[in-house]
Amino acid sequence: MTTNYVEAQRVSKSFGQHQVLDQIDLTVPAGTIYGLIGPSGAGKTTLIKSILGMEAVDGGEVHVMGTLMPNRAVMAQIGYMAQSDALYETLTGRENLKFFGQLMNVPKTKLAQMIDYAANLVNLTTQLDQRVSGYSGGMKRRLSLAIALIQDPPLLVLDEPTVGIDPELRQQIWAELNKLKTGGKSMLVTTHVMDEAERCDYLMLIRHGIALAQGTPAELKQRYHVETIEQVFLKAGRLQDANNGNR
Amino acid sequence: MRTMAIVRRVLKQMVRDKRTLALMFLAPLLIMSLMYFLFQNNTTQVASLGVHNVDSQVLKVIKTKHVDLKDYESTASAAKMIKQHDLDGYLTQKNGKLTVTYSNSNPTNTSLIKAALQSGLVKLKVKALAAATKTQQRVLVKQQRALTKLTTAQTQATVTKLKMALAQAQASGNTAAVKKLKRQLKQATSTRSTSQHVSKPTSYTTQAHYIYGSSDSTFFENFLPIFLGFFVFFFVFLISGISLLNERTTGTLSRLLATPIRRSEIIFGYLIGYGLFAIIQTFITVLFAITVFKIHLVGSIWLVFLVNLLLALVALALGIFISTFANSEFQMIQFIPLIVVPQIFFAGLIPVTGMANWLQVVAHVMPLYYGANALTDVVTKGATLGDIGVNLLILVGFMVVLTFLNIVGMKRYRKV
Repeated sequence: MTTNYVEAQRVSKSFGQHQVLDQIDLTVPAGTIYGLIGPSGAGKTTLIKSILGMEAVDGGEVHVMGTLMPNRAVMAQIGYMAQSDALYETLTGRENLKFFGQLMNVPKTKLAQMIDYAANLVNLTTQLDQRVSGYSGGMKRRLSLAIALIQDPPLLVLDEPTVGIDPELRQQIWAELNKLKTGGKSMLVTTHVMDEAERCDYLMLIRHGIALAQGTPAELKQRYHVETIEQVFLKAGRLQDANNGNR
Repeated sequence: MRTMAIVRRVLKQMVRDKRTLALMFLAPLLIMSLMYFLFQNNTTQVASLGVHNVDSQVLKVIKTKHVDLKDYESTASAAKMIKQHDLDGYLTQKNGKLTVTYSNSNPTNTSLIKAALQSGLVKLKVKALAAATKTQQRVLVKQQRALTKLTTAQTQATVTKLKMALAQAQASGNTAAVKKLKRQLKQATSTRSTSQHVSKPTSYTTQAHYIYGSSDSTFFENFLPIFLGFFVFFFVFLISGISLLNERTTGTLSRLLATPIRRSEIIFGYLIGYGLFAIIQTFITVLFAITVFKIHLVGSIWLVFLVNLLLALVALALGIFISTFANSEFQMIQFIPLIVVPQIFFAGLIPVTGMANWLQVVAHVMPLYYGANALTDVVTKGATLGDIGVNLLILVGFMVVLTFLNIVGMKRYRKV
């Protein structure tokens, strides 16, 4: 297996006249947390869907686990948490986990064990047999994360995983993500929250479909001569506007 | 395995949704019961006809159980009387001429009065004809009697004349003449007997036999098989379409497609899951019709199930297909008058063979046309699998094409 879980080269995508992604290069090595930051509509979700193989790219190519995407079989190795909670409200948390576990080809013998593991990880064990319609927003988010973990995938793609989650739980989830990282998993995370961006090993700043900057948080701060990632974000944006949309 | 996961999930969701379950299983029974009572009482429609200055013998023949006569003295205009007394028609007579005015606010009542008037006038004419015939008959009988008298006298004269000639001939020994005369004599006596033969008019009676059903057959029994198919088609279309739409709008479809599942596995999971409910629904409605309304099912009940299952699968595939053009449940509902309601017109309530040519073409693209035809044939005529085979094959064709389109259509949400 290659040490790079995700390799995207010059990925371009447009919807009609609107260029959503413009020649994006992205590499996620094993055992890293890779952060995608950028304003809404920057193309983060489209990039993620291209990596998952749900969106066909216009130019460039994406490899996941060394396999050219789109590829259906490789999808079993990616744990995906969508931006909006996609859960079956009339089913219980356990039934949701079981259902997605079956779709992810988790063997029957391992399924119960994996459900307990994933539920425990997101602190949902006690509410697992309640229907999702009675869950709070945070509980739904946690269940979505548990579903992403159900098949114990080497790669997690998390689209804004901590939206609507209280600070205490957010700390817990990040601690968990770090634990998973030390276990050799990689994570591709999009976020709006700048202190979360600081926790990533590697960052990509994306705006108007263009990768403005890539590097570790420290490198970025140094490059733009600023103190925080938030300032990197703002400064890079202003520079882009000054350059007529180019970097 | 993954298809079964979808099936199990669909079943679980349906079982938890008690309202939808009730709609699917109880609503058809309610509608069927209503129809049963509505179609039972369709013989007691009564039209009210006001009459003024009409001969009593005319009134006697017009009056039927469908037309209620009310005699008015007033000489006001027919239009005024109809409005004032809420009548369906008004009949007046001037000398021999009858004038009828219809309210025509209810065409059924208009035709009831029309029929009563027509049959009444025919009755009168027949009566007059019968009276005329009777007098004619009397004259004829008299004439006939005179005629017989005359002919008997004549024959008798001929016979005596012939007998005399015969005696003469025998005496003279002319054998040829004897033979000839004997023959003539025989003829003369035989004409007497034939002239007495009187022809009698044949009186016709009818005896009715019914190949399908009996003299008690009502509209309900004719329409029932059509509605059996329609219920399944309608509810399955609606429920499957909306559930896939929900899956799309809540994002779970996109989430499903982020797993290694095949697009076809999703579609087949839906077909099997909702197909099971369609079978249960058919089972309940058919059983209800047979046990509660004592409907006589001529053909095999298994064929009824088979046709309904195929109809349900077509409705499922169609519902899923149509749902891709809707962005909300409300928009899905908007497809009912477009897709579902027209089907019922071509399902056999109105005979398709009597339709304009282009309408017949339209009928042949409606899945319910084939399904309802097959159901009617099985329930009322006892058709076998071979008889309805073509219809079933066409339904399978609909299903295959729609399912294929659905699987391809899912590419919109995932490229593989």
